[in-house]
This record gives sequence, C-alpha cells and structure tokens, in this order.
Amino acid sequence: MQHPAATAFNRRTLLKGAGIGALGLFAAPVLAACTGTPSGGGTSASKTLTFGSNASDDVPKRAYAAFVDAFQKKSGDTVKVNTTDHNSFQDKISNYLQGAPDDAFTWFAGYRMQYYSKKGLTADIDDVWDKIGDNYSEGLAKASTGEDGKKYFVPNYNYPWGYFYKKSLWQSKGYQVPKTLDDFEALCKQMKTDGLIPIGFADKDAWPACGTFDYIDMRTNGYQFHMDLCAHKESWNQKKVQDVFDTWKLLLPYQDPAALGMTWQDAAQKLGKGESGMFLLGSFVTQQFTDPATLADIDFFPFPSIAVEGQDAIEAPIDGLMLSKKGGQNQAARDLLAFMGTGAGQLAYWKVDGSNLMTAKDADTSGYTDFSKKLAGVIADAKSVSQFFDRDALPAMATNVLEPAMQSFIKDGTVDLSNIESQAKTQYASE
Amino acid sequence: MSGGTIGRGTETPARRRGHLRQLTKRDVVTLAVMAGIPTLIQLCLVWLPTLFSIGLSFVRWNGLAFGDMKPAGLDNFRFIFTDYTPFWPAVTHNILWLLFLGVIGTPLGLLLAVLLDSRIRGSRIYQSIFFTPVMLSLALIGIIWQLFYSRDNGLLNFLLGTSGTPSAIDWLGDSNVNIWAAMVAATWRHAGYVMILYLAGLKGVDPTLREAAAIDGANGPQTFFRVVFPAMKPTNIIIVVITIIESLRAFDIVYVINKGTNGLELLSALVIQNLVGEGQVIGVGSALAVVLLVISLVPIVFYLVRTFRSQENE
Repeated sequence: MQHPAATAFNRRTLLKGAGIGALGLFAAPVLAACTGTPSGGGTSASKTLTFGSNASDDVPKRAYAAFVDAFQKKSGDTVKVNTTDHNSFQDKISNYLQGAPDDAFTWFAGYRMQYYSKKGLTADIDDVWDKIGDNYSEGLAKASTGEDGKKYFVPNYNYPWGYFYKKSLWQSKGYQVPKTLDDFEALCKQMKTDGLIPIGFADKDAWPACGTFDYIDMRTNGYQFHMDLCAHKESWNQKKVQDVFDTWKLLLPYQDPAALGMTWQDAAQKLGKGESGMFLLGSFVTQQFTDPATLADIDFFPFPSIAVEGQDAIEAPIDGLMLSKKGGQNQAARDLLAFMGTGAGQLAYWKVDGSNLMTAKDADTSGYTDFSKKLAGVIADAKSVSQFFDRDALPAMATNVLEPAMQSFIKDGTVDLSNIESQAKTQYASE
Repeated sequence: MSGGTIGRGTETPARRRGHLRQLTKRDVVTLAVMAGIPTLIQLCLVWLPTLFSIGLSFVRWNGLAFGDMKPAGLDNFRFIFTDYTPFWPAVTHNILWLLFLGVIGTPLGLLLAVLLDSRIRGSRIYQSIFFTPVMLSLALIGIIWQLFYSRDNGLLNFLLGTSGTPSAIDWLGDSNVNIWAAMVAATWRHAGYVMILYLAGLKGVDPTLREAAAIDGANGPQTFFRVVFPAMKPTNIIIVVITIIESLRAFDIVYVINKGTNGLELLSALVIQNLVGEGQVIGVGSALAVVLLVISLVPIVFYLVRTFRSQENE
C-alpha cells in the first residue's frame, strides 16, 4: 500500500505493456509462418479445428457445445473449444487475433467485424456465403460484409431493440401503440398525467442510451447517414446531428429522472412493477422477467417513425462466427461456419438458448412463442439492420466520447457538438 | 577477487572498512543476487513500463500492428488539455479527494487511533472492525455501499424516509452528490489504514514524555497536541505522503460504482478507460498516465528529499 502512485500505476500497465510487447513481437513471425506454410493448401481437408468462444455464461456455453456436437456428428471433424470469459475476450481481442488465435471464433457483426478484417487479421469467407447466402436477408448480408465487399462473418442469432411494455397495463389505461413521434409524445403526456414514468430509462452503465441515439438518428437522418456518422465519414458538428439531440430533448421530460443511477436491470424491474410505461432496450430485457405471468404480459413495438424512413431500419445486434487469418486455411473451420449458416446448425444452438432469434431463413421456428415470432418479424421486414453504436462505430468513440456526452445531455439537455467532433478526430486518427 | 581468503578472522573492523575487496566469493554472489534481483524486478516492473508510457504518449497507436504507430508529437497532450472533456473534472475530483481525505479521512483515522490507544475496553475488537475495510475486496466494497446508497432500496434513503418517493436522493446517479458518496466510502477505508499507522506511531512515543507533560500541568489535549503529536513526526510525514498518494491513485470505488463516469471522473479511471479493452487509444491513455506520473512525482520527491536530508543530519 505504500508504493508511490507511479509504481502502482505502472504495475497495472505492465501487464498491458508486456502483453502488447510480447504478442506484438511474436505476432509478426507467427502470422508470417501461417501464411507461409501451405497447410494442405486449404483443400486436403484437415479434420480438426479450434474454436474460440466468448460464450462463458452457462446457457450460451451449453448452447455452443450443442452446436459443436451437432457439427462433429454431421462432418466427422473434431472441434476443440476454448471458452474465455465474455468481457475478457472482448478486451483482449486485438492481442488474441495478433497472437495465436483459434481457427474460428465468436464475434459481432458491423464495424467491429470490419475493423479487424480491414487490418487483415481475419479471413474472408465468400465461398461459405456462396453456400449459405440464400439463407439470409439483405440486412443480415450487409451486416456481414467488410469494407472491401467481401464477406467475413456468419450470423448466428440476433435480438431487436424496441420499446417493451406491459399489455395488461396498457389495456387498463387504453393506450395505443404509437406509430409516429407525435403519437409517441401524446402517449408520454398521457402516461405522465396518469402518474407513470412514461419512458423507463437506465444509463448508469453509460451504454444503454446509445440505443435511443441510434434510433432517433436513423429515423431523422436515415440509416445511411447514421452509418456514415458512426464511421466518422460525416462530421458530428452539423445541423443533422443537432436535430437528433433536439428531438431527444423533447422526450427528456418523460424519461425516468433517476436514469443515471440505474442499470438496465433496475429499469426492467420498474417496468415489470408497472411503474414505468415503456422501456427501450434489446429483447434480452425479457431475461429479467422470471415470473412466467409477467413474461407473458410483455409486448413490444418498434421505435416510432420521425422523418425519413418510417420504421424501415431496426437496431438488432448480430452475434456470430468469424475465421481468424490462420483459420482461413482450414477447410474444417470453413465447414463449421457454413454449418452455422444453416437452419440445422442454428436450431442446435437455439434449442438450448432460446432467448435469441435464429437468423437463417430455413431455420425451424415452430418452437417460437408468439412473442418471439413478433420479434423475428420486425427484423425480417427491416430494410436495414443497425448493430448498436459501440458495434457500428469505433468502440473508443463510444466509450470515451459519446457515452459521457450523452450522460451529460441526459442531465441537463446540453450537448457540445464541436467538442464531440474534435474528440472524434483524435479517436479516429489513432486508427 | 583472489584476496578473499587473506587474513580471515584476524582483521579489525577498521581494516575491513579499508579493504572492501576482501569479501569472499560467496559474499559477492550473495550480494549480487540480493541486490541484483530486486534491481531487475524494479527495472522490469517500474522503469521499463514508465519509459514505455512516456514514449507511447508521443504516438498515435491503436495497439494493433507496430506499423500503425504514428508519431503524434504533443498532440495527445494538447487533446487531453483542450478537448478531452473528462480531464479537468478528473483533476478537480482528485484535488477534492485529497482535501476530503486530508480534512476528514486522515484526522478521523488519527482520532480513532487516539481513542483506541487510551486502553478502552475491547480496543482490539474495535481495532479489527475499523481495519476490516482495508482488507476487503473491491467487489465486496461495491456491494456493501450499494446497500447503503441505492436510490429505491438503499438504507440511507430508508432512514431519511425518502425511499420510494420522488425526493429520494440518487446517491450514486446524481452527479452533484455521487462524488461525496464515493469519498465517504473511500474515507471508510482510508481512516482504518491511517488508524493502524498512528496506533503504531503512538506506541513508539516515549511514555515519560506524557508523564513530564502531566507533571508540568498540561491537560489531555495539550499533552496530545503540544507533546505527543509533534513527537510522532516521522509517522506524520508518512501519513501526509500516503494521503496524497491515496487521493492520486483513488480508483477502485469509483470504478465499481460506474467506471468513473458521470461525475466520478478520476485520473486513474481515465487512464484505464483509454488503455484497456477494445476501445484502447494507447497514445491518449499513456499521455494521461504521464500527467498522473508528473503530479505523483511532486509528493514523492518531497518525501525523498526530506527523508534523505534527515538521514544526513543524523
């Protein structure tokens, strides 16, 4: 305890530094060795592969095990699964991909996929998509494509974001699902007079507010603008972005004033207890309703339309599989990804973890509840699928710049766009 | 080192001082190992990372390939000082933290130490109770304070009678309040730490000093402030340095609460936010670390200068 602050700090960074140093130094020769070795030329099928999984929670872990079992049975290949804690996997992804990665690994669609693909750390899988392409909607295919137009990702499951509410509460008060922003505001006003918190909101963890920003931006300026803004092809310091915050400002009085001290789990409890009228989150919010009666009472509507594109775009983060650069030469690994793109493969996963939606068109959805069907329907109908701000944009931009800015906006309704823009410049310049 | 065996057992201490080379081979090896290993550890764990941090603060780098590293000059520092919105709040909060610990946390620890030193019944038990927080794990501390501070279910709002009403105080979410809540939690640990150090210091004060003061007619507080407290000068200096360092590296409690956002910005939390994880911006994180290092050097240099000076005087 008596070590100077500098010492304490440096011990912390040491691990980091050592990690970067060691992995960085070893990465080059390892990668060179990989590309240099004609490991069967990719065709003389190796029958084994390694699979790096971030599914460390019990249910997803068992679900991926079931998926791998089904694949082994079908192909006769042997899969060695390496499971890492979910958050550590994310934190170490850079070092992991540069070091000695597994052949196939779990990851996310969107910018997070494109970023590492652009750096040449993952293998393209156009041949796999030739086989499975028909199985996916346009939006899912777009989300699996790198900046160079090649495919890098096979979607496993996704979950839409939208407003969740209690049917019984709405029926008793006679509320109608709003289609437009005007309807939505009127509904909020009504709820407030009825003594409810109209919009459940939680932003202690700083990321949930991104969902609201994403939707208002897409509904105001369109999907493409939102994507360009996320990739910093558009400036933050312009009227279009100011419009987003101006619209949001109209809704601020209806949001839960305690949002900054609550996690999404807290806000879900308030929704379940009927204290708040609706709550914008991913469909994983239903995990919080352990009582089957409450769960059956939960319904969902997509974010209302504002200006440009009605309700064509939906925010639905997609999780799935990718190949590391090394795995690109392993035919068995390609086969594993192709299997993920089939209904049979996804069903094997979904049977254990039913909280998510299968993405393949030929997946057998006869086991879906009506609620799951409705969630799946809005994704299937969507023309564009956005991921989530921290998956569509540079993660550093999300955590270091936008999330703090949104927290202060939620507090007092002010936002300094020129500062966000100058911070964005520095963040993206580091890439 | 051939002279190792000359005159063993016959030399006087004076001779030995004049002939340091007369160490045996074994002595030399022992000395080399005992001095070398700590030096090496020090070098690897302290100096190399420090130099790396300083070096990395002048580049733009995403932590991926070394080829992506670009020189940035002073851009990272310019960014921190002008554009990086959490930076100045973090500096303010670190200063506030220092003042809070200095004015409340440390004196509280001293008070506890004095009370426990006056041989009240069960002082060992109290001592353990007050010291427990220093040993608790981060996660546990988070849970404990959550129980106090939670807006809807927390003990504090319950005691205030505001629980469940709109006027309930959002101890952790309201950015005007949460820094104070975090500092109270930090004091809870810090006071126990200071208490233990002062208890040791008090034990080291010669009892005859107190007796002499009593004979001269000094009352309790006079004895303490005029005699005992000044006699603990070495302890006092250590406590000052520790208080400064604790406030500079304050990290765990705010990180548990909300990772150092929304009113709980601290320099150490910003460093971690920029250096660790997917969103790493190595240059900015390193520059923040260098700023923190420079600030930390002030009390360290002050402490070292004082320590060495007093040794020279002896």
